[in-house]
Order: sequence, then structure tokens, then C-alpha cells
Amino acid sequence: MKSSSVLIVLLGLGLASQASADPRDTMSIGVSIEPPGLDPTRTPSEAVGTITYNNIYEGLTRLDRDGHVQPLLAREWTVSDDGRVYHFTLQDNVRFHDGSPLTCENVRFSLLRAGAANSTNPDRNFFTNIADIACLDASHADVTLKKPHGSFTYELAWNDASILSPVSADKNVSHPIGTGPFRFEEWQRGDHVTLARNPDYWGKAPLLKTVTFRCMPDPLAASNALLAGELDAYPSFPAPEVLSRFIDHPGIRVVRGTFPFKAILALNNARRPFNDIRVRQAIAYAIDRKALVQAGADGEGTVLQSHMAPNDPDYVSLPDRYSYDPEHARALLKQAGIRPGTQITLSYPPITYARDTSEIVAAYLEQVGLIVTLQPLEWPAWLGQVFGQGKFDMTVIAHTEPHDIGIYDRDTIYFHYKNPEFHSLFEQYEATDNPEERHRLSVAMQDRLAQDEPNVFLFSRPRDTVMNRHILGLWTDQQIAACPMADVSWAP
Amino acid sequence: MKLPCAPKSLIAGSILLLGFLLPATIVWIWHGGHAPFIDIPNRYAPPSLTHPLGTDPFGRDLASYVLTGAFNTTAIALLSVTLGTVIGTILGLVGANGGKRGWAVMSAADLGLAFPPILIAAMLVTAQGASATGEILAIALFGIPAQIRITKQAAQSILVLDYISAARMAGFGSVAVTIRHVLPNIAPILIVHASTSLALAILSEAGLSYLGLGAPPPQPDLGRALASYQIHIFDHPFLVAAPGITVMALVLGFNLMGDGLRDLLERPFALNEERLS
Repeated sequence: MKSSSVLIVLLGLGLASQASADPRDTMSIGVSIEPPGLDPTRTPSEAVGTITYNNIYEGLTRLDRDGHVQPLLAREWTVSDDGRVYHFTLQDNVRFHDGSPLTCENVRFSLLRAGAANSTNPDRNFFTNIADIACLDASHADVTLKKPHGSFTYELAWNDASILSPVSADKNVSHPIGTGPFRFEEWQRGDHVTLARNPDYWGKAPLLKTVTFRCMPDPLAASNALLAGELDAYPSFPAPEVLSRFIDHPGIRVVRGTFPFKAILALNNARRPFNDIRVRQAIAYAIDRKALVQAGADGEGTVLQSHMAPNDPDYVSLPDRYSYDPEHARALLKQAGIRPGTQITLSYPPITYARDTSEIVAAYLEQVGLIVTLQPLEWPAWLGQVFGQGKFDMTVIAHTEPHDIGIYDRDTIYFHYKNPEFHSLFEQYEATDNPEERHRLSVAMQDRLAQDEPNVFLFSRPRDTVMNRHILGLWTDQQIAACPMADVSWAP
Repeated sequence: MKLPCAPKSLIAGSILLLGFLLPATIVWIWHGGHAPFIDIPNRYAPPSLTHPLGTDPFGRDLASYVLTGAFNTTAIALLSVTLGTVIGTILGLVGANGGKRGWAVMSAADLGLAFPPILIAAMLVTAQGASATGEILAIALFGIPAQIRITKQAAQSILVLDYISAARMAGFGSVAVTIRHVLPNIAPILIVHASTSLALAILSEAGLSYLGLGAPPPQPDLGRALASYQIHIFDHPFLVAAPGITVMALVLGFNLMGDGLRDLLERPFALNEERLS
């Protein structure tokens, strides 16, 4: 009698531990910005990529966590000798989430749409280089370029080059449909986006059943949710000051990784007085960027000298041309004919680093006699007015796209920089696919920007991921704004 | 008539307010209304002789930041309450005099009460950007309906008195009657209401700027300080406690003062009412 009751208790314990050892199949991920929509071909917002890249959408190629190009919807490809024609062979048995099959027509539709005259694609410039796409049959696409483009397959890996279906492309803002391992399930505005495993996925089936991206902009609330176990992971945790709360926690670990974070003080090069290089340099001299690293990255960042983050393979550590020198800044302003008391507006989006950096920059500029009005903007206003129309004086923003020095050669970039020497360097860079030559030209471009100081390059910072100790496979380093969940799982 | 001695709450409230607002005014004048100087290498300094409350994440002296913020918050509250009281009183007097105009004013006031104040503020900020002016307008606007009703109620209880009828018969118009007889008689009620409104206005100011609907930086602001420092509640509690306690002290101070003023001023008025009934 006695022994049997002991046995029952033991059995009960066994069952209980069995239940808790069952693999969990859901995960919740914290993000700091709610995306304005889930269509990457409409908005450059990093928040879209985090949720959708290689979860919902897939392109012909993809970037892995080290930034290397890997095949995805294109199984393989060859390039013609003149570098102008790419022959892509597509994966078999790929279906969109609405059941329609992937064919060459989807590739044709997606890439031509991105470069069309009315395209809203943030990288439209890149796609306008596509002259034609010929479909030999359903699974072969021949893409012809107007001029050779050394990093063509690299840029095909970006989220805005995702392959879409003509039926659903225009509704992707709220009901995204792609070919990825997860399907869109629901979006509660202001709260969360839920993705569910795609049972018909062409590749390796994802390990999790559902993934919920929860929008938690407040670092204190986010850290409480992580400590309480309501949130499983928070990649790119926004406030390094709060990380100390996790140090002694047995169930949570903090992983410091890298990402291409480039905080800049963007200047409107088309407007007076920023069209004068002496003014731009004066502003750079007036700001103690080492202090900004202290305040904006809790001392864990790097002062930037150009538009390239330290984790980029082409990054070189350039000499500091504009070390803090308010005297020299005042002299340059005087030379440029800028009177003390000149009014400038500094607009910034609602995110911690931008707000803090703006307030500090304003204080430094006041030291050299400029009167700075701070103008806080909501994301839609910032994206529309500053980024969209280029109507601003100065703004603080971090560019987090990898390898995006090419934006300094765009006709329609919000800070309106134009420089013939940079243009010719970038042309040569785009035309060659010789790695050494590309590196040399990339360094030359970085140096050109450092001399010209179209924007004041501020700082880069590491990327901290806070996560449950039992999570496997989450990206802690990243080149592209992404949080691919297909390989993420709970430790057994 | 013998003046009643000052009630304890009035004294306590005044001391509390003086204790905060006197140093706040001195610091405000000292810094010319600017935020204290940013000194990043010296961030998060512990309390010391030079920095009695330590420094904030930008290395600014926390004590002078909070005191300048207290001055700004109080100034915004004072301006908005003054604006709301003047407009609300005029409209309330129009309402008390009846007629179509009076009816229109009172209906508008009822409609105004139905609007959540935070919505008005959010709309104003969206329309013209976050600024101190917008904040003053928003706080004044949401004080007006209550001010109208209180003024109307008080004015009507005077308007039915015999000497008003006598004044009317003597040929005074309603404007003259209102200015010469009604306004002086209802002044105590208005003053008491204004001082309690100040407490509410301070709370509203802090609330609006906490939500990012207040004046933008670099103007020191208590609500914004609470919002941006709250992540430090565990590692640097002073950063949250200092602006928080200051808001609390100001609200408590104005509330106590309002209570005291009521005891002091409304007692004779209440006697009036008793005699009426």
C-alpha cells in the first residue's frame, strides 16, 4: 500500500517534469518601433525588416548573419562575361501563402515594379538599372542590366527586393503575403504582430509554431516583461543603461553583438548655411563626439569618421579630422559669415538615442553661438517631412542598413548631397566586381565623405540582445535589419 | 468686521510653495532660464557639495535642473489658469445674465465638459507642434467649462438679491451691475477656485509633458524629466525622486493654499448665503 502510493507520487513527478520538458513552440520577441506597415517596398523603416525579412518575404538571394550573400528563391545563377546578364534558376515547389505558385513572372513583376516610375521603393535607384527581365520558362529568369553592377546579388538580398505576387502586392501593408517560412496571422495595432508557421513551406520547416513581435518602446516596461518571462527575447535592446538589471538573473542572458548602426547629424546640404563646407566642418568641430558616445551608447560605441560602421568588411579607421575644437568652430563660422545668434532647427524622431543626442548637440552648438530650436517629430511626420521631402535644417538619425554609402550618390536623398568626385568613385565601385578594387574604392569614398562632411558622422554602437537562456539560433550580430525566426528554437 | 486669523492649511501651503518656488526663481534667474550646462564626463555623479542632488545622464546639475523645471511648470500653470479664469469668468457672467446668449454659452460649456482634456491637448499639439504655448492653451481650454459653471452659479445667487433689483431700477444696465455688484461679491469664490485649479494645472502640465505633448527640450521640464529618467529608478533613484517629489510638493502646496483661502474668504460669503435662505 505504502510502496504503491510512493510509486504513484514518483509517476506523478515524472509526468510533471515530462510536461515542463516538452519543447515550447511559441516565442515572443520585443521590438522598439511599431512598423508603419508590413510592406518593405514602401518604407525604409527598420521595423518592417525585423518582422518580415525571411520570415514572411523572401528574395532571390538572402544575407546571412555575417552579411554574405546566399541563394534563396534563386537556387543558382550565372553571370555573363560583360557582367550585364544574370541567369537565375528558381527553386522548385515554392508557393505563396495564398497558394499561388512562384514563377518567373513573379520575379519579373516584383523587380520591374520596384524600378517603375511610380515606385515607392526606398531603393528605386538600384532597380532602375534593370533593363529587362526575360522568362525562358517558369523557373528561369534572365535579368539584363543597363550597366554592370558588382553588388547586384547583394542588393537583391535586401528586403525591398522581395519577390511578391501581383495579386497581393498592393495589400501587403496590412495583409502581407510572401513565400517565407511564416505566414502573417494578425496585427493588433500598437501592440503586436503574430506570425504562424507556414505548413507548406518549400524549405526546411520552421521549428516554432508561432512568433509574436511585441511593440515595447519603453525600456523599463520591456525589461520588466523580460524579467517576468512575459517576453522571451529583445534583440536590439534600446537602453544600455538598463542592462545591469539582467546581469545576475539566472534565466536571462545579454549578448553583445554588432550591427551597422551609424548615428549621424544629417545636414540639409541644399539649404543655407549648410551648403557651405566651412559651416558643416564648423558644426563637426563644435561637437564633442567622444562625449556623445558616452551619452548615446553608454560609452560602448565608436566615434564615426565616415558613413561606414566598424562591422562592415570595408570599414577603415580613418584619422579624426574634426576632434572637438570649439575655438576653431567659431573661427570657421566667422569666416563663412555666420553671425552668432543664427537660428537653426534640429528635428528628431521619437527614439531615445535621437532625442538625447539632439539635446546634447543643441547644447554644443549653442557654445559656438548657434541658436538651436529642437523640434520633436512623430515617426510618420519625420518619415514624410524630413526623409521623404527633405524639408529640414538638421536631424539626428541612425542609418542601420549595411553597406549603404551609395545613398550619397542618390539624386533624391533627403540631405541633398551632390559631389562629382564622389559620384565618379561610386560609379567605378558599382562597375567592378574585383574585390580588391572594390575595397580600395570604398575606402576612397569613405575618405571623400570625411573630407566633405556632408553630414556630421557621430557614433556607432553595439547591439545588445536580451534573451532567455534557452533560446537557440537567434541572430545577435546582424548586417541587415532582420530577425529571421525559421532556425530559432527552444533548447531541449 | 474682524478678519479671521489665517488658517493653518494656508500657512502650510504657502511655506511649502515658498520653499520650492523661491529657490526655483533664484536658480531660474541665475541660469537665465536655460538648462544647466551639459558635462557628459561628469554624468551620474553622486550628491556632493557642488551638486547637492548629483547629476543627470547628461552631467547636468540635477538640483538646478529640477528647480528650473519647477519654475517653468509653475509659470505655465499660472499663465494657463489666468487665461482660463479670465475667459471663463467673462463667459460665466454672460451665462448668468441669461437670454439666448447666455443659453449658448452654457450649452457650449456643457459640450466642453464632455471632451477629455488630453484629447484637446493632443489635437492642439498635432495641429501646431509641441510647444509651451500649445500646452498653455490646452490647459486653459480644459479649465474654462468648469470656470464658466462656477461663475454662473455664484453670479446667479447674487443676481436674485434685492439690492441688485434696486440697482436695476435705479437705471444701471446689466454690464454695470455685473461689474459693480456681482464681480466683487463672487471674487472670493473665483480666487479659491483659481488656487485649486493651479494644483490641477501643475498636474496637467506634468502629465502632458510626460506624454511628450509639452514644451520641447532643452527647456527643463518636470514631466519630461520623469519620463526620460524613469528607466533609472533602480540604479539612480534620485533622478526619478527629485522631479517626482517636486511635482507632488507643488500640487500639495497649491491645494493646501486653496483650502486655506476657502476657509479665509468663503466664510463671510457662506454667511451671506445663509441669510438668504
